[in-house]
Amino acid sequence: MTETAHAIHSIAMDGGVLRLDAGLRLESGGKLDGVEIAYRTYGRLNADKSNAILICHALTMDQFVASPHPHTGKPGWWTQVVGPGRPIDLDRYFVICSNVLGGCMGSTGPSSLDPATGRTYGLSFPVITIADMVRAQALLVQALGVETLFAVVGGSMGGMQVLQWAADYPERLFAAVCIASAARHSAQNIAFHEVGRQAVMADPDWCGGDYVRLGSRPEKGLAVARMAANITYLSEPALQRRFGRELQRDGLSWGFDADFQVESYLRHQGASFVDRFDANAYLYITRAMDYFDLAAAHGGVLAQAFRRAQAVRFYVLSFTSDWLYPTAESRHIVRALNAAGVRASFLEIESDKGHDAFLLDEPVLRQTLKGFLDAAAETRGL
Amino acid sequence: MNTSLPAEDRQDFQEILRLVRPGARVLDVGCGEGALLDLLRQHKGVDGRGIEISSEGVAACLERGLAVMQGDADRDLEEFPAETFDYAILSQTLQAVRQPRKVLSDLLRLAERAIVSFPNFGHWRVRMSLLTQGRMPDTPALPDPWWATPNIHLCTLRDFTELCADLNLRIEAATSLSDRRPARSIDPARPIENWRAEQALFLLSRHHHGESLPRTPGELFG
Repeated sequence: MTETAHAIHSIAMDGGVLRLDAGLRLESGGKLDGVEIAYRTYGRLNADKSNAILICHALTMDQFVASPHPHTGKPGWWTQVVGPGRPIDLDRYFVICSNVLGGCMGSTGPSSLDPATGRTYGLSFPVITIADMVRAQALLVQALGVETLFAVVGGSMGGMQVLQWAADYPERLFAAVCIASAARHSAQNIAFHEVGRQAVMADPDWCGGDYVRLGSRPEKGLAVARMAANITYLSEPALQRRFGRELQRDGLSWGFDADFQVESYLRHQGASFVDRFDANAYLYITRAMDYFDLAAAHGGVLAQAFRRAQAVRFYVLSFTSDWLYPTAESRHIVRALNAAGVRASFLEIESDKGHDAFLLDEPVLRQTLKGFLDAAAETRGL
Repeated sequence: MNTSLPAEDRQDFQEILRLVRPGARVLDVGCGEGALLDLLRQHKGVDGRGIEISSEGVAACLERGLAVMQGDADRDLEEFPAETFDYAILSQTLQAVRQPRKVLSDLLRLAERAIVSFPNFGHWRVRMSLLTQGRMPDTPALPDPWWATPNIHLCTLRDFTELCADLNLRIEAATSLSDRRPARSIDPARPIENWRAEQALFLLSRHHHGESLPRTPGELFG
């Protein structure tokens, strides 16, 4: 852990960029030099540094969990949950959120400059994994002076990072919350991601991944990837309730304009996504998720991954209508936690909002997360 | 059992508190809002886990700082590996599960001992209700009409002891419970207890070395 020694003296507490001068060891072998991790913090770290919560973000989110996005101006992506008086109470906890390794909001990713060549990485960027993301986070947490996190919390890909934390750094965690996630990507998960990646790569403006250097942007491909993915985040009843067969204007166009409101919605989702996300980052992060299989790294037995995490209090949640990371995946995690002797709680929340439910106003999510964290904080003496 | 009483006042909870060894690992199946686990934690320092079907119950348990899993006795006892617990508790639930025999043997797969309580269908009030009125019982222990009761596998004390023998389980203790009288230790093999016990609570364990209990001889009106 000498990698962070140089960084500690210069780190800003409210947010900024941590430079890992000694580089970052990667799961694929080798090392990535000149790695930077962009992060934000919220609330105040207490004197004994025991009130820090790390929030791990999902595929297309970022470090702006509770403050407006600098490009779009939209509110933080989890203000329902993170804020003063919220379940992750900023009057009580110190929240750390960093942009994942491979991302495009300030952390090193495929569209960063390769310090060795001075040129954009593009496809020469190494394939990174969830474990690599977590290793970078662990260095950031350490650089911020936090020995033990009070909790690590995340949904979807953020939940995968939570599980990875429990496997790799259990002694640095008091509690863990894994929401709407899985310990491995299923064939269906990989299949949808492959559709997205193929859409990006089929766009001539992708230029073999070299689009930054050539001054183009594969916007159409990335937009299609987002449209397809967006469908997987919603449930059929949620889509039906919101759009049904409602038309954009009176009558059909008898052509291929966006006649239906659902088409218009998806086009808008695609178009606005490309303004804030990088196509190659999308390829690399979806790949990291596809490669995620926590059991595989532990002799094929998931419980083995949690063997050292017996002192961590776990809360695992799923949503009834989430067909991307269905409840069976969460139960699979819980069974492994139980087998490893970890104190695990589990709840399947009744919701028809699909996978996206974890980002939306779900009272039971808020109430139980608050209950779990409050009780853990009391035990921790916060 | 009057489940609306404060947790400290419930006879069945008091009896369970008496039976459980301090510091034990305890699983409460159908733990509701976690009142029993909370008592056991406070008074016996147990390491408790709960299984509860309702999300309200799970939420209440989380607020108490209890580890709880949403699930039910029929399906989700398999989520735990064998011999994880010292005690598995199934309070007033056996008669409401789909597969009581499987649930009972699951409990004793998970835990060294099981504590099981249920309303006794052999109680004299139940028998009188059927005999004199020809109706399903309406008693303090069985207050719901037949069409609204969650109980689908009611049994008598004698039925239960026979099932225990069949599953090769050792009855370590048995208690008769009622709302109006203090808990009373009983010999469940005595036919009179099958008349007298409104509720019964058993402490069970697995037989080792293949031993088995002698079966109670059949008796008229037993």
